[in-house]
Amino acid sequence: MAGNAIEVEHLSKRYRLGESTPGRTLREAIAGSVRGVGRRQPREELWSLRDVSFQVPEGQSFGVVGRNGAGKSTLLKILARITQPTAGRARTRGRLAPLLEVGTGFHPELTGRENVYLNGAILGMSRRDTARRFEEIVAFAGVERFVDTPVKRYSSGMYLRLAFSVAAHLEPDILVVDEVLAVGDAEFQAKCLGRMATVGQEGRTVVFVSHNLEAITRLCTRAVWLDQGATKAIGPAGEVVDTYLGTLGRETGELVEDRGGPVALRSVRVVDAGARPVEVMRRDQPFTVEVRFRVRVAVPGLDVAVHLYNVRGVEVLSEAWGDTVLDRPNEPAEYVARLQIPPLLNVGEYTVGVWIGTRYDTFVQETALRRFRLEGDVKGRPRRIMSLGLPWDVRRVGAIKQQLATVIQEPPARGRRR
Amino acid sequence: MRSSVERGAWVENRPSRGFRGPGLQELWRYRELGGFLALRDLKVRYKQAVFGAAWAVFQPLAGALVFTLVFRRLAKVPSDGIPYPLFAFVGLSVWSYHASSVTRATQSLVGNAPLVTKVYFPRLLVPLAAVLPGLVDLALSLLTLGVLLVIYETAPTGAVLTLPIWVLALVVTSFSVGLWLSALNVQYRDVNHAIMLFVQLWLFVSPVAYPSSMVQGGWRLLYALNPMAGVIDGFRWALIRGPRPGPAVLVSMAVTLLLLVSGVLYFQRTERRFADVI
Repeated sequence: MAGNAIEVEHLSKRYRLGESTPGRTLREAIAGSVRGVGRRQPREELWSLRDVSFQVPEGQSFGVVGRNGAGKSTLLKILARITQPTAGRARTRGRLAPLLEVGTGFHPELTGRENVYLNGAILGMSRRDTARRFEEIVAFAGVERFVDTPVKRYSSGMYLRLAFSVAAHLEPDILVVDEVLAVGDAEFQAKCLGRMATVGQEGRTVVFVSHNLEAITRLCTRAVWLDQGATKAIGPAGEVVDTYLGTLGRETGELVEDRGGPVALRSVRVVDAGARPVEVMRRDQPFTVEVRFRVRVAVPGLDVAVHLYNVRGVEVLSEAWGDTVLDRPNEPAEYVARLQIPPLLNVGEYTVGVWIGTRYDTFVQETALRRFRLEGDVKGRPRRIMSLGLPWDVRRVGAIKQQLATVIQEPPARGRRR
Repeated sequence: MRSSVERGAWVENRPSRGFRGPGLQELWRYRELGGFLALRDLKVRYKQAVFGAAWAVFQPLAGALVFTLVFRRLAKVPSDGIPYPLFAFVGLSVWSYHASSVTRATQSLVGNAPLVTKVYFPRLLVPLAAVLPGLVDLALSLLTLGVLLVIYETAPTGAVLTLPIWVLALVVTSFSVGLWLSALNVQYRDVNHAIMLFVQLWLFVSPVAYPSSMVQGGWRLLYALNPMAGVIDGFRWALIRGPRPGPAVLVSMAVTLLLLVSGVLYFQRTERRFADVI
């Protein structure tokens, strides 16, 4: 192994808040400079990265974890030279392909073919490279019949598959990937992850940002945990993820701000069968959504509901306390409501929403308080919402003529159930 | 696996200060992307347009007709002895390239914000690619001009050989202005509002509907500061026996060059913050 592919030294990035607001008007700029003559007004600043250093040896996969706004995307943008650091430096060696979103530059009016070439050029592929791999790209996406159809007529699934396929067939030395797995359905995500693993095995260097901690642990050798732009931990991916998870567990208890009112939400947690707060669980185990709330004023008819949404935004589950309990306590106190959910949901990512109110009032309505992921065997049916393993009852109810039976015994065409 | 030696040199990203060169080498390496961006604009423009490229011919023709009625019949504007419809058609063809290219270039960076914030490439490509598609329309109107020349029994002189110079001067002028405005538009969206007005006013101070020979005396030199004056005069000389441009054209070209150099410098200075500000 020869040396590093990426070297990051004391990297810092400052955003001036006034500047990052898009489209400052000329009037403001002029007013600002006039005011600036007398005294320089200190502007609000935000350090998106503060003194971050690390190296990635050639051929290694490196993970970046942290909460939203921790500076992960800024780091990738600096590595990809999209933006400049304020201090420090980042060096990369070899051809770098940034995959900060799939389908960058895709134009809805252009056909699949035109978009593949355009997107290829945007990601740094020459026309020759793209032409050489064109059949492969289209086949991988499974859109052969539609290459000459404008992509605005594609289903969102086809669009994503084609966009990802172009990126997947790049041959960069360094691949920088940002949360690509957050879009699309479980099948698509599995495909992305599979491809990422292949890229790693091909000896390419990968920098990988994801909220999917399990994937980080599986795909990356080392990782860094960023928190408000600073390095909290760096080292073997498993250890970094464990440290990060440790704090997440604590934080999942206290996250909702008390907005006052007669009833206030205190916290929402998703806990596994062992009562541990988690983000990732096995789909074949029950889990519990725990809602802690405070009642300040007795509210007759107080009710609580929990909703679960899948990645497509479908409300797959919605259960209210009042569905089953008619005589519900409502005197001022702290309450914890626990809703145990049996193993019925399919593999995938879910968000938790909570509603608290009465028939006439809504005190709390939150749609994306918590995210969690169920893992396990998709059994080739990523699109189904429920996965119940219901018992079948199949029995023989009559005889048929032998001759006919031989015809039927020909192997039937295998179709996938959806 | 390839050895690290083949992997080439380190690419560094660190705070830059002051001016850099325009990075011509890098621009050349990314030329395919520029081509694709230009091609995309061109294709998108004519997708789902039944008459497609016919619009490129129809627009200056209709414009020339209106100008002939208004400026010739009503206002009796002279045209240096050239049949007025020819005179207006050339002026309008050149002008519509300029107006559409400057407008498109101005909006190019903001319009391609997803690209600017997600991928690295020389940003200069974006306004550059924006002034290319208009050349197709210009070529089509010049072909139409061929037909008009037959109708008006006007044969171009040997000056037609200078046509490439004027086309180049036109493209460079549009690009230089577009360079300035696209970079300004990233920071100040006012530019987007002002561009229509700006282009409209510029039309009136350019010899599109009237010949620049109408401008007399000391005003002449001031008028030449408008780079489009030299360009349009040049086109008329090369194509329809217009008067031969005098030394004023050199002033126009010098202004264009100044715009280009200052535009590149301003662009280079601001581009490092495009992704943060856009």
